Amino acid sequence: MGGVRTAVVGVGQTHHVAARHDVSMAGLVREAAAEALVDAGLDWSDVDAVVVGKAPDMFEGVVMPELWLADALGAAGKPLTRVHTAGSVGGSTALVAADLVRAGVHQRVLAVAFEKQSESNATWGLSVPMPFSSPLVAGAGGYFAPLIRAYMARSGAPRHIGHLVAVKDRLNALRNPKAHLHLPDITLEQVEESFLLWDPLRYLDVCPSSDGAMALVLASEDVADGLPGPAAWIHGSAMRSEPTMFAGRDQVNPQAGRDCAAQVFAEAGISDPRADLDCAEVYVPFSWYEPMWLENLGFCEAGEGWRLTEAGATAFDGDIPWNPSGGVLSSNPIGASGMIRFGEAAQQARGRAGDHQVEPRRGLVLGHAYGGGSQFFAMWVVGAAKP
Amino acid sequence: MDADTLVERHVLEYPGGYTRSLGPAESRFLTGLRDGRIVGVRLGDGRVMVPPAEYDPETARPVDEYVEVGPAGVVTAWTWVSEPRPGKHPLERPFAFALVRPDGADTAMLHVLDADGPASLRVGMRVAPRWRAERRGHVTDIEAWVPLAEGEPVPAPPAPAPPAPAPPAGADPGEAAEEPGPVTRMVSPVRLEYEINAGIAPTRYLHALAERRIVGQKAAGSDHVYVPPRGSDPTTGAPTEVEVEVGQDGTVTTFCVVNIPGLSDLAPPVPYVCAQILLDGADTPWFGLVQGLDADDVRMGLRVRAVWDDDPAPDARSIKWFEPNGEPDAPYESYKDYA
Repeated sequence: MGGVRTAVVGVGQTHHVAARHDVSMAGLVREAAAEALVDAGLDWSDVDAVVVGKAPDMFEGVVMPELWLADALGAAGKPLTRVHTAGSVGGSTALVAADLVRAGVHQRVLAVAFEKQSESNATWGLSVPMPFSSPLVAGAGGYFAPLIRAYMARSGAPRHIGHLVAVKDRLNALRNPKAHLHLPDITLEQVEESFLLWDPLRYLDVCPSSDGAMALVLASEDVADGLPGPAAWIHGSAMRSEPTMFAGRDQVNPQAGRDCAAQVFAEAGISDPRADLDCAEVYVPFSWYEPMWLENLGFCEAGEGWRLTEAGATAFDGDIPWNPSGGVLSSNPIGASGMIRFGEAAQQARGRAGDHQVEPRRGLVLGHAYGGGSQFFAMWVVGAAKP
Repeated sequence: MDADTLVERHVLEYPGGYTRSLGPAESRFLTGLRDGRIVGVRLGDGRVMVPPAEYDPETARPVDEYVEVGPAGVVTAWTWVSEPRPGKHPLERPFAFALVRPDGADTAMLHVLDADGPASLRVGMRVAPRWRAERRGHVTDIEAWVPLAEGEPVPAPPAPAPPAPAPPAGADPGEAAEEPGPVTRMVSPVRLEYEINAGIAPTRYLHALAERRIVGQKAAGSDHVYVPPRGSDPTTGAPTEVEVEVGQDGTVTTFCVVNIPGLSDLAPPVPYVCAQILLDGADTPWFGLVQGLDADDVRMGLRVRAVWDDDPAPDARSIKWFEPNGEPDAPYESYKDYA
């Protein structure tokens, strides 16, 4: 990748919970942004531009967050941009901010993403009947559960694979004090016995509904070199999209995801992501999306993803840990969830992941987000060393 | 736009409204209004802002020195509403929307000005709030601002709303006497009402549905039949000008069984089956319900047929659901590339 070398120099996030009745949306994003600036050793006046992202407007009835949140994000007199790519928006927001630096337009950019799900109901937002159309009467799970069934038929994966991910990510979350769900007693049996919401998805296979925000400070090489803290250098970044529906579309293993992964790994000089990455933070809102995305992202051949999960390869002590932070299955402020993946990847690269820090190898980590009907993808690879 | 395209009025409204947690500044402001006071905040440069913000718009520092302002103030700008719409505008008689700067504040707030007519209005005129007797912690606790003549005293807010009905016998009497707590949340209704135009190509397909026919479209020279069509082939952008009637039978390529009640007003009782159905002759799936057999008996490859509404309209909901057509299951190979 060309342009100015760019790094994450500050990371901040809220403690994600079901409902933050104690703060406004402005207060929520402020918490994350202030923590990221302190982490970077920068002040509000140092920021050149602000980029904000959130999930679809009807999810919380805020259609102009850039207007409402300008004071809280210190954006007066500065460029303020809003990014909008459904569930992948947290990732895209980070990439737009990074590209402002990489292109040499700005030196220090604050990226913030958030969701306050407690103020409304995302399932309603996804199920509004529209004129002329056959309604989707089953929420997000009703859209993705059939794709999971198709994956199971295609790969021959046994039914317990998803449950293994549901347990693994919740155990990882116990190492992360900012995760929403802390379920210390979770077991495979508990997942298997939890309510069957959208067969084949059970209650514990599904992400929670969270209030939370994530913020990143992106800086140019000149700025990052002068800051006291560690930097996570961007080695590769990519976005791809595709229509929700077209003839020949592979909805289970979308072309846009494969192409996005191919580009980000090529830029980062990665030929075998399983071997070359220390770990990955990947958008897995339903447990089965771990084996599905293992294949989509090229960590293994198509049809083999579930075998990696079953063998424990993606566990905290496996050879390629996925979602050491607990992932989307443990915290899901939708608009922020993608940026949490990107930020947690940066914290791993900076050696700042605390109790969920994975043992560094080459120092390269993947952050990933997807959204819509598996049609928007955003990814970056960050590393401890400069590219 | 083609005069014959289908248009439907649509309302997007979250039932009950969004529930906002206010944070410290809005909470102070709305609690003040409930109590008949107007509260602003002092910014870093000494100016007083009303309504108060949580963060200084100049410096981004948190601000928390709250100060009472007003209640009287001056009009800094106004616009006359000569034909108010009942239920849409805050007053039923002609009025002005005005920017009012309360005494002691350095910023103005947008509100309603109730005056005799535009000739009586001028920038710089003094006004005072006309409070509602029943106040709930909302910006409309001030019903309107009214002109204040020179030397006229500022009217006091009426006594707060009467307390809630007496607690049942045996309740702690101290509880009932307590001051009401701060206002910390509000309901924010959001309603978007607009017309959706189906577009030229979908209109043709929708009219066919009213005749119990399912008509897809494809681009000239392409084999890909789109149902529902959107007017262009998403892989090439070419217009889908060729119409192809597809079958009313199809194959369940994949599905889920929904056990959660109440996901949509249109959902049938649980458990129900949401499926992707590949209609015979189509290349994209139809999202539909499968009924007419136990949810447990639905399977990939099941052959189904559309069940129509008794009075079909140009709307996809004219196909109520799909049910088994009695044919043997389709082999996996025949539909695996569509799942």
